[in-house]
Amino acid sequence: MTKRIAFPFPGLGQGMWLTLKTMFKKAPVTMYPQEQEIPVPRARGVISLDVDNCTVCMLCARECPDWCIYIEGHKEEQPPSKPGGRPRARATLDRFDIDYSLCMYCGICVEVCPFDALHWSPEYEYSEDNVESLLHDKDRLTEWLATVPEPPALES
Amino acid sequence: MMDFLDGFWIQLILKVVGILLVVLTGALVVIYAELKIGSHMQSRIGPYYAGGRYGWAQPLADGLKFLQKEDLAPDGADRAVYGFAPYVVMMSTIAVFVVVPFGPDLVGSNLDIGAFYLLAISSLSVLGILMAGWSSANKYSLMGGLRAAAQLIAYELPLVLAVVAVVVQAGTMSLNGIVEAQAQPVFSIGGFDVALPYVIQGQILGFGIFMIAAVAELSRIPFDMPIAESELTMGYLTEYSGIRFTMFFLGEYASMIGLSAIAATLYLGGYAAPGIPESLGNFAGPGVLLLKIAVLVFVIIWIRWTWPRLREDQLQRLAWTWLIPLALLNIGLVSIFKVVF
Repeated sequence: MTKRIAFPFPGLGQGMWLTLKTMFKKAPVTMYPQEQEIPVPRARGVISLDVDNCTVCMLCARECPDWCIYIEGHKEEQPPSKPGGRPRARATLDRFDIDYSLCMYCGICVEVCPFDALHWSPEYEYSEDNVESLLHDKDRLTEWLATVPEPPALES
Repeated sequence: MMDFLDGFWIQLILKVVGILLVVLTGALVVIYAELKIGSHMQSRIGPYYAGGRYGWAQPLADGLKFLQKEDLAPDGADRAVYGFAPYVVMMSTIAVFVVVPFGPDLVGSNLDIGAFYLLAISSLSVLGILMAGWSSANKYSLMGGLRAAAQLIAYELPLVLAVVAVVVQAGTMSLNGIVEAQAQPVFSIGGFDVALPYVIQGQILGFGIFMIAAVAELSRIPFDMPIAESELTMGYLTEYSGIRFTMFFLGEYASMIGLSAIAATLYLGGYAAPGIPESLGNFAGPGVLLLKIAVLVFVIIWIRWTWPRLREDQLQRLAWTWLIPLALLNIGLVSIFKVVF
């Protein structure tokens, strides 16, 4: 003997009333190609790169769950900053690619970057006809930098 | 002009074309309504671009797409049965409209045993569904077909018993007769005769049973166990594609109209409406009936987009332990009132 169900009608009625009400409400839909959605603050659209801040530390590439960041760099001798000083080695970026066909927009690379070289930009219109074009190189990632919004004001 | 209309073949062609037009365009309209109403009930917009405005051409576009598709049949399928099954379903659906009166004279054929014919012919679709399920050579199709058969047989009973009560009250099986019986004035207020449809004249229980059983006959949510996508893919429809799937699809929506038309005729007064004199019946009748059908179809769509699906055992328990005893009780009560008053 199965357990008897509770008297179902109030719930069924509530459901019917809810769908009827919803039917007469305006649907909260953005008609995309004609209308543009206003991105929320901190929207995760595309990741941009500030090349000057990057120290080729590889933290982002190592933390990336999809392994979709490709970084290559080399060391350059810097002349001593003061006369008589010791020349320093400075890491220089040769290649910084993000493969957006693999990226899952988790934002871990942005979080781990110790020098704020990576930033979220709310731009999302960069779909392509072929997959290879989704590999954004250093220059393309730098172009996105212009679209990065000001960081929200700090809470006092 | 009237002589011309009296010819048997002319009448036959007019009736066939008229019924096909009403049923098939009606089915397309209902498909569109389903898309739009369902979308809005879920805070969506639904079809928008097809046809330029409000996506009105979406069902047509879908139909054309289905027609272009290859008509596939599985290797192990019983080709003849597999190919014929959709037409059995479609045929039984359209044959229902033979006896549905759209006006005093606007009826395919005013059979004396209209109600009986209706129930007999509408249960033919079970045969088509069983054929489809059995001949597809697919475990999902077979399960779906058998579930459909079990369900349709279970719900055929309350449907028939609910109709029996109406037949008892009207004293006739002819659908025209049932509509005319409902158009008879029940009482008059100050010289104004008031006619009441049977749903108000004590058939409210019967109407409820009929509508529940009708939704189950359509195997729509909340009674769509035969098609249960999550477990049976698409039930008996799994292997169908192209024109044959279109047949099933159109048939489903056409039978939605068909069952709503039957319910409107039996319980809501059919083509008759208060305030419309008998003489205008042939002109206003189709509009009145279509309006009543539209309301019932809306309710069926509304239920689909609101309620969850019943489990197989719940579905069977509802039919056998509630609907059939209640329908029998309903017949008893109606008969007693018929004899006493």
